[in-house]
Amino acid sequence: MASNFARILSSKRNVGILSLVGAGSLSVGFFLTREQYVSAGAQVRRLYPASADYPDLRKHNNCMASHLTPALYAKLCDKATPNGFTLDQAIQTGVDNPGHPFIKTVGMVAGDEESYEVFADLFDPVIKERHNGYNARIMKHPTDLESSKIRGGQFDDNYVLSSRVRTGRSIRGLSLPPACTRAERRDVERVVISALAGLKGNLAGKYYSLTEMTEKEQQQLIDDHFLFDKPVSPLLTCAGMARDWPDARGIWHNNEKTFLVWVNEEDHTRVISMEKGGNMKRVFERFCRGLQEVEHLIQEKGWEFMWNEHLGYILTCPSNLGTGLRAGVHIKLPRLSKDPRFPKILDNLRLQKRGTGGVDTAAVGSTFDISNLDRLGQSEVQLVQTVIDGVNYLIECEKRLEKGQDIKIPAPISQFK
Amino acid sequence: CVMGNDWMALSPCSKRNGFEYPDLSQHNNHMAKVLTPEMYANLRDKETSSGFGVDDVIQTGVDNPGHPFIMTVGCVAGDEETYEVFKDLLDPIIEDRHGGYKPTDKHKTDLNPENLQGGDDLDPNYVLSSRVRTGRSIRGFCLPPHCSRGERRAIENLAVEGLSSLEGEFKGKYYALKNMTEEEQQQLIDDHFLFDKPVSPLLLASGMARDWPDARGIWHNDDKTFLVWVNEEDHLRVISMQKGGNMREVFTRFCTGLTKIESLFKEKGHEFMWNEHLGYVLTCPSNLGTGLRGGVHVKLPNLSKHQSFGEILKKLRLQKRGTGGVDTAAVGGTFDISNADRLGFSEVELVQMVVDGVKLLVEMEKRLEAGQSIDDLMPEQK
Repeated sequence: MASNFARILSSKRNVGILSLVGAGSLSVGFFLTREQYVSAGAQVRRLYPASADYPDLRKHNNCMASHLTPALYAKLCDKATPNGFTLDQAIQTGVDNPGHPFIKTVGMVAGDEESYEVFADLFDPVIKERHNGYNARIMKHPTDLESSKIRGGQFDDNYVLSSRVRTGRSIRGLSLPPACTRAERRDVERVVISALAGLKGNLAGKYYSLTEMTEKEQQQLIDDHFLFDKPVSPLLTCAGMARDWPDARGIWHNNEKTFLVWVNEEDHTRVISMEKGGNMKRVFERFCRGLQEVEHLIQEKGWEFMWNEHLGYILTCPSNLGTGLRAGVHIKLPRLSKDPRFPKILDNLRLQKRGTGGVDTAAVGSTFDISNLDRLGQSEVQLVQTVIDGVNYLIECEKRLEKGQDIKIPAPISQFK
Repeated sequence: CVMGNDWMALSPCSKRNGFEYPDLSQHNNHMAKVLTPEMYANLRDKETSSGFGVDDVIQTGVDNPGHPFIMTVGCVAGDEETYEVFKDLLDPIIEDRHGGYKPTDKHKTDLNPENLQGGDDLDPNYVLSSRVRTGRSIRGFCLPPHCSRGERRAIENLAVEGLSSLEGEFKGKYYALKNMTEEEQQQLIDDHFLFDKPVSPLLLASGMARDWPDARGIWHNDDKTFLVWVNEEDHLRVISMQKGGNMREVFTRFCTGLTKIESLFKEKGHEFMWNEHLGYVLTCPSNLGTGLRGGVHVKLPNLSKHQSFGEILKKLRLQKRGTGGVDTAAVGGTFDISNADRLGFSEVELVQMVVDGVKLLVEMEKRLEAGQSIDDLMPEQK
């Protein structure tokens, strides 16, 4: 118990502890009801009434700004999670980045697992807006990493250049990147690379710490398109996740270069399975196997991933809750991409297009990154199947257009199965 | 349950201070030179009464390793108390940065422009403009790295209220960053008054750009010779400037304006952060004491190429910058020359050094123009 108090007392800005409700309640963690949770968290000392501190969101277009009324701010602004993470910290990125009229960002982050409980009154409507009406209070999120359930999934290599599945995982008990201390971040690194070192066979690999890699290793990682840099996006830097860069950050990948883990970038871990060509089935098999083995290895040491039955896997950004999964392909669609029905087809298939540089990039030539739109409310198997079925449909359309035949907009598929 | 006891058993080392100590092996800033693991462990349990801790003080220095040639400070204060609570860290940094200034030394404040000698006759053929700036913090409020939105707005209100009652040559207008019209914005840009959201990672990493542009703004007098920045790197930055070489006039306006502003604040029950050891207290330890940078834009095309230029400046306790300000290059032989010191000398003393020093530099420039030697003009170390 003493350590919890020590951490709160020495923790970050704006937290002055006025009262803690019952020493015992802090150690009971998850078994509290939400109301007990909120009152069991630390109190934040404020010099000014909530109305004086309420942010000016009149020019803002993000999910946080849409839901944070002055009354809600007043209700939550003096609460903090047991680690000392406050509402102001959660929303800072959304206050600092008003957004764009066309692109609605989330505008808030979690600093730890408890954030989603202590600030549920704000996270819940944001989650609902971002995830197609998902009601985190009552709905249950299915987790399914049984890759054998996948049907098909081997695309025509004439169209699909590469296949990739990514997700994130957080280590329970350690704060998330916006809030973690250097010691916690180093603990994440230690736990994760110790687990990864236990992977065998075609998953065996090596860790490259950002602080220690040689020039040669760095160049190789750049050539392989594996190296990640210090975030420059203000969406990320304003949330505090780039602090102490590059301490405890690194990249692990298997010798075959088909399974990759980023450590301490936007999340504790980002896990990526990829290969050239259209064998999405194999990519997903390796993805599931790797994730399950890593989970098993950390459990042997007494750790586990952050997960609960409503929100699925807990990650820093609410947009990545549930599966945190983005499964996609780089695909050539020269004719279909010029067809005015393309956006509607993608929409109905619950797919999203991006440029081949990833989020916020433009397509090059007519090669697109096509992936699932949804993250929460459907399982990994369901989402990957959606991508497989959808990409098959797109290839069919492209082939038909090649032959001068007409294409149809498919019926919209339902979002929650 | 995995929270609480189990978690602590699994991760006892998180709580050991050694694992929190930053990796400063690639770093070259004052903080990195001074902060040993032992010092860090001792300071880790402390925080100011507003909750500013050692990690907050040093974050900017951890995130910005620095440059082999340029030694940044690597620390900021979140409130006035920071300089007390973290004196074990800040005193040696202050000593190193401010020419050996000791924890027991006293700093003189002198804002009486009558005490300045000369300064009204710098040759305008060489001296294009003259400027004096400083900062002021309002006691009782947290500083930009740490203040809440409510505090920042309160500071803005106090500043605007005070400034709006100024009269005569100080009569002026406030332009809030978030409310200004396109036309006002363009005018402020043309006047070179407008400040932008900081982009320097040195500033961003300390948290002073949060909530931009809320409660930030620019006030200037109708004559455009006296300017106040609100809530940028400090609560207030106060600037007096004009074209030409009449530094005396610039300094007189500076002192008069500052004194008036201070008395307006006192009328409302507020004062500036000041003490007899550190002088005026500002966000960055480099700006303690006077917080004063008095300087000119001066044409020194010949002197600047002379091999002893650097040495001369050093002896005169002056510093050169490009005409875009800190970290810019000089354009066509025109330099920004200003005092190198901030703490341990009074405002009058520093401006005197600038006035006397620039006078000498211009004389040297004229000699070199005429093909004459400057050996007899070489100054002693001030």
